[in-house]
Amino acid sequence: MKSMTLKSALAAVATVAALAISAPAHAAGTAHTEDISFSFEGPFGKFDKAQLQRGWQVFREVCSTCHGMRYVSARELTWDNGPGFEEEQVKAFLADSGWEVADEEGEPGDTRPMKLSDKFPANTSAGAPDLSLMAKSRAGFHGPYGSGINQLLRGIGGPEYIFSILTGYHEPPACAPEDASGYYNAAFAAGGIPDGCKDEHGHVSVSGSWIGMPPPLSDDAVEYQDGTPATVEQMAEDVAAFLTWAAEPHMMDRKAAGARNVAFLVILSVLLYLTNKALWANVKKKKKA
Amino acid sequence: MSAIPHPPFEPKNKFVKWVDSRLPIFGLVYATLTIPTPKNLNWMWIWGIVLAAFLVVQLATGIVLVMHYTPHADMAFASVEHIMRDVNGGWLLRYAHANGASMFFIAVYAHIFRGLYYGSYKNPREITWIVGILIYVCMMAAAFMGYVLPWGQMSFWGATVITNLFSAIPFVGDDIVKFLWGGFAVDNPTLNRFFSLHYLVPFVIAALVAVHIWAFHSTGNNNPAGVPVRTKDFETVQKDTVPFWPYYVIKDLFALALFLIFFVVMVFFMPNFLGHPDNFIEANPLSTPSHIVPEWYFLPFYAILRAFTGDVWLVQFVSFVTGGLVDAKLFGVIAMFGAIIAMALAPWLDTSKVISGRYRPQFKWWFWLLVIDFFVLMWVGAMPAEEPYATISLVASAYWFGYFFVILPMLGFTEKPKEVPETVEAAFDEMIAAKYAKKAKAAGAAATPAE
Repeated sequence: MKSMTLKSALAAVATVAALAISAPAHAAGTAHTEDISFSFEGPFGKFDKAQLQRGWQVFREVCSTCHGMRYVSARELTWDNGPGFEEEQVKAFLADSGWEVADEEGEPGDTRPMKLSDKFPANTSAGAPDLSLMAKSRAGFHGPYGSGINQLLRGIGGPEYIFSILTGYHEPPACAPEDASGYYNAAFAAGGIPDGCKDEHGHVSVSGSWIGMPPPLSDDAVEYQDGTPATVEQMAEDVAAFLTWAAEPHMMDRKAAGARNVAFLVILSVLLYLTNKALWANVKKKKKA
Repeated sequence: MSAIPHPPFEPKNKFVKWVDSRLPIFGLVYATLTIPTPKNLNWMWIWGIVLAAFLVVQLATGIVLVMHYTPHADMAFASVEHIMRDVNGGWLLRYAHANGASMFFIAVYAHIFRGLYYGSYKNPREITWIVGILIYVCMMAAAFMGYVLPWGQMSFWGATVITNLFSAIPFVGDDIVKFLWGGFAVDNPTLNRFFSLHYLVPFVIAALVAVHIWAFHSTGNNNPAGVPVRTKDFETVQKDTVPFWPYYVIKDLFALALFLIFFVVMVFFMPNFLGHPDNFIEANPLSTPSHIVPEWYFLPFYAILRAFTGDVWLVQFVSFVTGGLVDAKLFGVIAMFGAIIAMALAPWLDTSKVISGRYRPQFKWWFWLLVIDFFVLMWVGAMPAEEPYATISLVASAYWFGYFFVILPMLGFTEKPKEVPETVEAAFDEMIAAKYAKKAKAAGAAATPAE
């Protein structure tokens, strides 16, 4: 126990030191994004259907209270290269949810229950951003020094960013006043930072900043159908995977098509190479001395 | 100079004869395909075909995308998502078009720097070069306006920043900006006119490409040795050249296939690597992104635009001399456009008699420094406008202008060029001999050379 504390303390010191070194002077705040190994990463990566179904459950039961998903339609949940629910299951979700959409056939302002072909409602009640494209509209990884190498090696990091935000709620650092507005989140860079946490040059001494969203997840916030223990980390990872699918529902088709395209072009290149070599052989043959 | 003698076109087919005596279209195709092409062209001469291919890719994908896109400030973003999710193969069209633009610029920069190294801009190819620069400028306009169409945050704020540049023009700047916007801010009228122009410009590019090809088919291709093809008679021509078809068509297709592998890897496996996450957020005039960064292919010139701040003594001096008419903002805009005009003027700034950089020992160093300079500018263009990037971009911008306006004119006098081969044939034979010598060496010291 004692050694663990020491270890985590050392890790914290190392992290702070690393951030202090790598933090560019301009940044208002810095934030740490955890690198997670998702099943859908890499050229042959595939979505984990069970994980997407769990992630959908987290979205439905937790996120959708405040967030909308206006570009995704309910029928997409039945796609085989996605969550792959049965149509009846999705209809049951919709009946259960009470989601209403504008009724084009009724009087202006009329609504009707959401159908399979409808997009999920935009939810702006709490001023929360729409989640349809969240996994593509945030970068988890940057640099080093503006080179883009980290994004090349680890991906742009949208899902990792979502995970890190959801698990980034910690005790606020001592420099912050008791009544700081919002919630301290070590992974959120774009929020406000109390003056107490800046030195006289405006440099920020803490990782992350203060976010308006209260911590949305707590252990067992949902009860998974498949019996997976619903820890905060588990739910965060599942919903990050689900939102990645929501932002890029054709990802698996895309990668499969990519493999076919590369294979075709490699064969074509070899044939063209051999044709070219044979064609030029006569021109390039050695001249008699 | 006279045109390079072609093999004569003598159609046997009656229909071809009938058409060609009224409209010599078959003759034109024949002349284009059989054009005698220097036989010593190296792999840097493949970019023209790559560029032509990507113009076709962009036109084909773009024309289909337009069928599903809605050019309205309230609906554009949603219509792009409709393309990405609901249109069959829409995601492929969109990613191919977005990444195709990047491929287009990779190819054009390789093409431009090839021209700069091998002196392709020099007498007698000045018009080819100028038309090429015009194509490049049109490409930038098309790419910039195309990036606005998805109506994401970077689209909107990029459009705001770039259109605002025109406000730097003295007296009429503000009116010009309002004219460009079609209102008092970037809004629906701006989106509509950008959409219209984005559809128009590629066809202008296609026409300019035809002129570009016409021009260098009249003068003949440049080549790595930089010496002209001998045009005494067709016999002599054949010693220096091979017909474009099949020799270069097949070679270029092979190179194109390799480049397409790179393209499909980008499109299918990392389609958003070259984009910006902020553009997946719908445009919001009330929320400015923390960093407004243009696409990678604009960064070198964006860096030059930002390099000349009010802290630079040259800017202060010019501002003082012009009575404040040329302020830092206008100076930056002039510098940015000037950086491109400098390239266009290269044929007259380069005083060296030798065409190819291969035979210019001093030039080579300065050229490669320019290539590095280009990448440095690209890098600082993406960094925040603060130290040390401000100083780096100033130094790098100064080198860009120094290269064209000081170094190129001076080298013609200070440099002693190496011996240039007499003919293309001699250059080619030298290359082949070197290749066989290398092979023989690789075969081992034990084996005695065959001759």
